[in-house]
Amino acid sequence: MSGVRVLVGTRKGAFVLTSDGKRRDWDISGPHFGGWEIYHVKGSPAEPDRVYASQSTGWFGQLIQRSDDGGATWQPVGNQFQYDGVTGTHQWYDGTPHPWEFARVWHLEPSLTDPDTVLAGVEDAGLFRSADGGQSWSELSGLRGHGSGPSWQPGAGGMCLHTIICDPSDPERIFVAISAAGAFRSDDGGTTWRPVNRGLHSEGIPDEDAEVGHCVHRLAMHPSRPHVLYMQKHWDVMRSDDAGESWYEISGDLPTDFGFAIDVHAHEPETVYVVPIKSDSEHFPPDGKLRVYRSRTGGNEWEALTEGLPQANCYVNVLRDAMAVDTLDSCGVYFGTTGGQVYASADAGDSWAPIVRDLPAVLSVEVQTLP
Amino acid sequence: MIRVVLPAHLRTLAQLDREVSVEVIGPPTQRAVIDALESTYPVLRGTLRDPTTQKRRPFVRFFACEDDLSHEPPDALLPEAVAKGVEPFFVVGAMAGG
Repeated sequence: MSGVRVLVGTRKGAFVLTSDGKRRDWDISGPHFGGWEIYHVKGSPAEPDRVYASQSTGWFGQLIQRSDDGGATWQPVGNQFQYDGVTGTHQWYDGTPHPWEFARVWHLEPSLTDPDTVLAGVEDAGLFRSADGGQSWSELSGLRGHGSGPSWQPGAGGMCLHTIICDPSDPERIFVAISAAGAFRSDDGGTTWRPVNRGLHSEGIPDEDAEVGHCVHRLAMHPSRPHVLYMQKHWDVMRSDDAGESWYEISGDLPTDFGFAIDVHAHEPETVYVVPIKSDSEHFPPDGKLRVYRSRTGGNEWEALTEGLPQANCYVNVLRDAMAVDTLDSCGVYFGTTGGQVYASADAGDSWAPIVRDLPAVLSVEVQTLP
Repeated sequence: MIRVVLPAHLRTLAQLDREVSVEVIGPPTQRAVIDALESTYPVLRGTLRDPTTQKRRPFVRFFACEDDLSHEPPDALLPEAVAKGVEPFFVVGAMAGG
């Protein structure tokens, strides 16, 4: 019988949640790396038992852990993330030049085809690749060096490269997103890059329609339509139908278009999920009601999904990497909160139940659908 | 041999008990002790000092003989009691939040 494995990164360790295809009863494993911040845990699509984890603390720096048995046991691999060449500067919060400094790995994106190849998005924003299972890392410096790097500026959470999407129809095409620089695309396997932010409009920057400088929070794609991208920006939910060449707003009737997470139904490319958050200064759901919003029309018309979610006195946040979907026939949707809950829906969002309620603050949620 | 006490997170990482002993080649300095630690336990590379700059991480502290040696130059000689293995060299995670 098929099943799912939910990989959860938290402020104080990683957890592995497993269930069969019914997704009612769960086995909880963890904490792995107790006490460490686990920004992201993700499995290889090519070899599901190969899992990578980003482990860090402000005390002892960055480690990368690798599992070859689905998260049961782990081994530390390479943690040398050295920027390529002269690092130069980006803008600091006050607009002064600031040298590029490695802080941590935010996101790990295993190759769609090779379990030993994995991309890492880091703070200060840069993209690294390992082709030996995480033992060694080299920067794809064409991104940082494409020209606009000196004008990039950190968002409140740091200047992080947090989204990496590999196009399943074109192995040379990669999308990334950086807070607060914007979205970028490579069509040559990561060697050269260009910003793809036309149509974004951000009131918090001097030129509201600038080519770079937008605080993109998250991108999502359905694998069957890789030219269609969805974006949760700082404010605004956006859509592109031409692989990022242009964007238009699909916030529609959302109660607020601020948020972090966004994802797409596994079998319905026009069904999109977001979790509206009140504002950039109040990182919790409007009215104390935790509501996932679903659009079945590719945006603009949204419905609140509330069954099983707290509808009073709820003031948690759902971070950008903390939502995922499985690929079972009835699509499962999962998200984690800064209050330590991981919620699951086995019916595409119609109803929800917590898998766990009291984990440390959840930083990331990924799902593997197992044979 | 120089005795080294590591903080709990790093002991877990290196799969160690409370105290380890490392053999230092040349003068007994902070740099030599960390070089020996990293050579013996490669998983510790990058955890005590930045792998690029080789500077001590800001929230890592070095104590010995009831003194804070964190701000000593990395090539300064360690106290004789540490060099002779009478007193341990403590690596401490600074008290800075949870």
